Amino acid sequence: MNDTLAGWLQILALLAVLALSYRPLGDYMAHILTSPRHWKVEKFLYRAGGVDGDADQRWPVYLRSVLAFSAMSVLFLYGLQRLQNHLPLAEGMAAVNPATSFNTAVSFVTNTNWQSYSGESTMGHLVQMAGLAVQNFVSAAVGIAVVAALIRGFTRRRTDRVGNFWVDLTRIVLRLLLPMAFVFAIILVACGAIQNFHGVHSISTIVGDHQSITGGPVASQETIKELGTNGGGFYNANSAHPFENPNAFTNIVEIYLLLVISACLPRTFGTMVGDKRQGYAILAVMALIWAASVAIITVNELHSYHSAAGHAAGGMLEGKEQRIGVWGSALFAASTTLTSTGAVNSFHDSFTPLGGGTTIFNMMLGEIAPGGTGSGLYGMLILAIITVFVAGLMVGRTPEYLGKKLGGREMKFASLYILTTPAVVLVGAGIAMALPGERANMLNTGAHGFSEVLYAFTSAANNNGSAFAGITVTSNWWNTALGLAMLIGRFLPMVFILALAGSLGKQQPVPATAGTLPTHRPQFVGLLTAVVIIVVGLTYFPALALGPLAEGLH
Amino acid sequence: MSSVTTLEPPVSPGATPEPPERHRVSGGMLDPKQLLVSLPDACRKLDPRTMVRNPVMFVVEVGSVLTTLSAIKDPSVFAWVIAVWLWLTVIFANLSEAVAEGRGKAQAETLRRTKTDTVARRLVDWRHGAANPREESAPAAELRLGDHVVVEAGQIIPGDGDVVEGVASVDESAITGESAPVIRESGGDRSAVTGGTTVLSDRIVVKITSKPGETFIDRMIALVEGAARQKTPNEIALNILLASMTIIFMLAVVTLQPFAIYAGAEQTIVVLVALLVALIPTTIGALLSAIGIAGMDRLVQRNVLAMSGRAVEAAGDVNTLLLDKTGTITLGNRQAAEFVPAGKVTIEELADAAQLSSLADETPEGRSIVVLAKERYALRGRAEGELRGAQFVPFTAQTRMSGVDLVEDGDQRSLRKGAATAVMQWIRENGGHPTEEIGPMVDAIAGAGGTPLVVGEVVEREGTKVATVLGVINLKDVVKAGMRERFDELRRMGIRTVMITGDNPMTAKAIADEAGVDDFLAEATPEDKMALIRREQEGGKLVAMTGDGTNDAPALAQADVGVAMNTGTSAAKEAGNMVDLDSNPTKLIEIVEIGKQLLITRGALTTFSIANDVAKYFAIIPAMFAGVYPGLHHLNIMGLHSPTSAITSAIIFNALIIVALIPLALRGVRYKPSSASALLSRNIWVYGLGGLVLPFAGIKLIDLVVQFIPGLN
Repeated sequence: MNDTLAGWLQILALLAVLALSYRPLGDYMAHILTSPRHWKVEKFLYRAGGVDGDADQRWPVYLRSVLAFSAMSVLFLYGLQRLQNHLPLAEGMAAVNPATSFNTAVSFVTNTNWQSYSGESTMGHLVQMAGLAVQNFVSAAVGIAVVAALIRGFTRRRTDRVGNFWVDLTRIVLRLLLPMAFVFAIILVACGAIQNFHGVHSISTIVGDHQSITGGPVASQETIKELGTNGGGFYNANSAHPFENPNAFTNIVEIYLLLVISACLPRTFGTMVGDKRQGYAILAVMALIWAASVAIITVNELHSYHSAAGHAAGGMLEGKEQRIGVWGSALFAASTTLTSTGAVNSFHDSFTPLGGGTTIFNMMLGEIAPGGTGSGLYGMLILAIITVFVAGLMVGRTPEYLGKKLGGREMKFASLYILTTPAVVLVGAGIAMALPGERANMLNTGAHGFSEVLYAFTSAANNNGSAFAGITVTSNWWNTALGLAMLIGRFLPMVFILALAGSLGKQQPVPATAGTLPTHRPQFVGLLTAVVIIVVGLTYFPALALGPLAEGLH
Repeated sequence: MSSVTTLEPPVSPGATPEPPERHRVSGGMLDPKQLLVSLPDACRKLDPRTMVRNPVMFVVEVGSVLTTLSAIKDPSVFAWVIAVWLWLTVIFANLSEAVAEGRGKAQAETLRRTKTDTVARRLVDWRHGAANPREESAPAAELRLGDHVVVEAGQIIPGDGDVVEGVASVDESAITGESAPVIRESGGDRSAVTGGTTVLSDRIVVKITSKPGETFIDRMIALVEGAARQKTPNEIALNILLASMTIIFMLAVVTLQPFAIYAGAEQTIVVLVALLVALIPTTIGALLSAIGIAGMDRLVQRNVLAMSGRAVEAAGDVNTLLLDKTGTITLGNRQAAEFVPAGKVTIEELADAAQLSSLADETPEGRSIVVLAKERYALRGRAEGELRGAQFVPFTAQTRMSGVDLVEDGDQRSLRKGAATAVMQWIRENGGHPTEEIGPMVDAIAGAGGTPLVVGEVVEREGTKVATVLGVINLKDVVKAGMRERFDELRRMGIRTVMITGDNPMTAKAIADEAGVDDFLAEATPEDKMALIRREQEGGKLVAMTGDGTNDAPALAQADVGVAMNTGTSAAKEAGNMVDLDSNPTKLIEIVEIGKQLLITRGALTTFSIANDVAKYFAIIPAMFAGVYPGLHHLNIMGLHSPTSAITSAIIFNALIIVALIPLALRGVRYKPSSASALLSRNIWVYGLGGLVLPFAGIKLIDLVVQFIPGLN
């Protein structure tokens, strides 16, 4: 079988399993988020935590719960790293330094999983399992909880109660993430990923060198890393490491995992608002952008190489794993940057300028196609709101989305949302480029060096966590700056989302008529896609021109 | 007063319903001279304290200052050209607002001229029917509520009021701009007259209903001058979006400098400001306030005064239109269509009796009976004074009858015409027994959608009374031409029409079916109307209605858009948020269209403005950086002459497009009632795609010219 056929088959297989998952998983998530019944173990947890599982929270309370929970998580994770040498299962690792601990704690709590450390040589098993793996679950659940609150804003009328964060969090972890992670961990193990509690093995290679091989609970971490769009690898090489991602099959499984929840959430949205076509429209926009991105990266990696090695290999194979190939790497790269996963199975820095540029652009779009768990859908819904606002005016009515009017208050929160991430990315990259010392951390010079800096801040502010690599970001300045970018990029938008949810929920919905802008037709799908590309994309055009475009256009 | 021999249904020229094929709501054209006249105003608006209210243009103004300072410090042709065009951009934006306001000011000026010091002929102790009341002169400004004045042909009506006696043709062009005279007469729904208008023929007595200084013209002047213009909710929401886009682009431009320095292509202040101004949504930012003012203005041109911009916007959002049957859906009023005699009565006898009993009925229905008898049975309408010894009984809402008591040769003959139940009751009271056949006759007419009026007679001869029913008059509603198409159109726009009528459900249904409305409310009391509005609003719908009576006032106040008729009572005018000077209820449909057009214009120009950015990027980015990264030359797809000419062209285009779009902003974009999908498709093609493509051509054309400016390159 040649590469092209294999590549197409991989894509088709991936799409087929995603399509099969859409309805059952989407509806199941809607059920989780709306069911009035609690499981016994949940009731026990609520009692233990002093939570009234049947009481809905007003949006400020919901927000406070999100922030309090996340703040506690950051502190806990920070402490765990700083004290790891005094705790069991450290595997002989020393305490992590303050800046890296801060960066890592923030990174995992914000679902970014930016890693300014090398996993196998910095974090012991306890930190990996009790700290990082736990955050892989709950940070993903927080995103879904927040989008659930926003959807409730659309579905509810005349109330500012948007759900109960603790109930949402508990149910998403217990009923969705744990069972799925368990099943897929077994699949990964069966396909060759490792799962053990071994420490470091030292072996002699055939050429006589010594090599250290670290074992550990890899498969379980790997599953939730992808499923929760986290991306923080057990190993520094992330999904390029054969213990994490042994072969082409696991590669597709991992891509499926990192897409599946976000791709099915539009169904959850459609089911909850009582109009499944709305879900299909959102899904269509996500699919369009995803397909375009996969196509651009694949074509560039296959055809626009300019090195002798590239010619010899028939594609840009530098920085890619032979066992995964160009197709599998391009598919992974597009999917990981269009979700907030940030796991990598190849070295994005080594991609062709336009291929690598597309991975940056993917993140700049706000990771909405399909995006991080929950965050992808709420990001897309904000852009849908902006689209409805402009398009709604063009049909001669005060714009309304799903019956809720988009007035000054709603537009304020939506505008602030779209303002936040570009501000963090551009200001962060601007400061870094203005400081000669920080600039010096770039591996490359010229436009490519700038792309590395731009990528770092784009990845952090959008909570992606993937690295262009190349740039060294272990200094205190980079750890702190990127940590702050992740914090602001995660929680400020959540503030606006929940405020918006409260504001929408208070409204009495307007019934749809022939004069209402239909938001389920191809027309709207096209318009929303254009808004995503033009409104969001234009913001970054000057910066992109100086990085990937400057490098890629000859 | 005298009965009026109107041959045609009483429809005044100003109230002619719009022909249905006239879809386009358009405003007046822009006179190029207006631009010149408004220029001083536009320059006055450069005051930063004024500019700051428009965040987008304020940023441009600050940029202009920075560029000018930079041009003074490091003079170059390029810097000065950019500085000048940036200032022009701001001035053009102010110009659009000044022109929009200027049109209102001109209108106010015309109105003021009508407020001349009219001398009123006040009648002292005027009573209905009194002969030769005492007359005195009084300045118009001294007229009080309840004063009676007489106005004759050629004189100006001194104040707002109701005609209580007489009929006259009135030239209302001072207010409505409509040169054809309108009929104003006592009784009925065309009794209101407005101060400042001129009586062309006949003589009327007017009861003054407004206080000095609070006349309609005073209020109209205040409104068209836009003294108290406030941003509407939708305008605020759009401003928020535009401001945040401006902030994003400011960040993009400010942070570009460190990137550029790293790339070895440090940019000057002039270039950075030019990039910023090109990117922020200046087109819509510049025209936004003009669009709002012009929207109000378009209503004024249609003789509708909106008390707030909010009401105009709400009109675009309306889901349900409550339309009064009478005057809106049907022509004026019900008209007599046939006489149906009872028993042995001949049709001529019935026609004669019907006419006699209707002579004192000032309602249009009453008059139509007189007209029908005259037209079909050659019975001349007799004036009240003509019949000696005749005692007329005018129609009242309580008795629901009108009639006449005649003394003929010592016999007392009483004729009554009115609602079936009222007349039957009257017959019974006078010892009569309505025959069995009357009941089915009445029901048959009602069942067919007509209104039966019964004519009865009581003859008292030598102490004995004989009471008989002579027959039934069939009053029919005449549905206005083109209404069905209008309602179909509204349905396509997603607006539900509900006909409101006092008729019984059977009659109502017949007319509703004929006119093609979606629903009807029969036997409607003001309470029913109110309940209907509340019910719709609870379902999240916006309701518009028209009304003129005092009992409409609560419903007008409750409705999201309440249009009071100018002829209506002052209570109704106070309660509504719009007043229609023409008192044409059909205009509600046009008001909705204008509201929609206002929002569409905003949306279309926003889309256009954002889509423009793509071309500007392709002009400016290669100009800035192709020097260090030659690959970026590929982005110069327009093949612009040089970096400086490219940037200059983009900025000139950006400024000129504002001027080019002022007429569109004032006129509003083309609007044809259709479904949301169809509207959106059209506007995306025109303003979205147009906004994407047009600047490529425009910038290229400008570049072909500016490249010859000496010293620019």
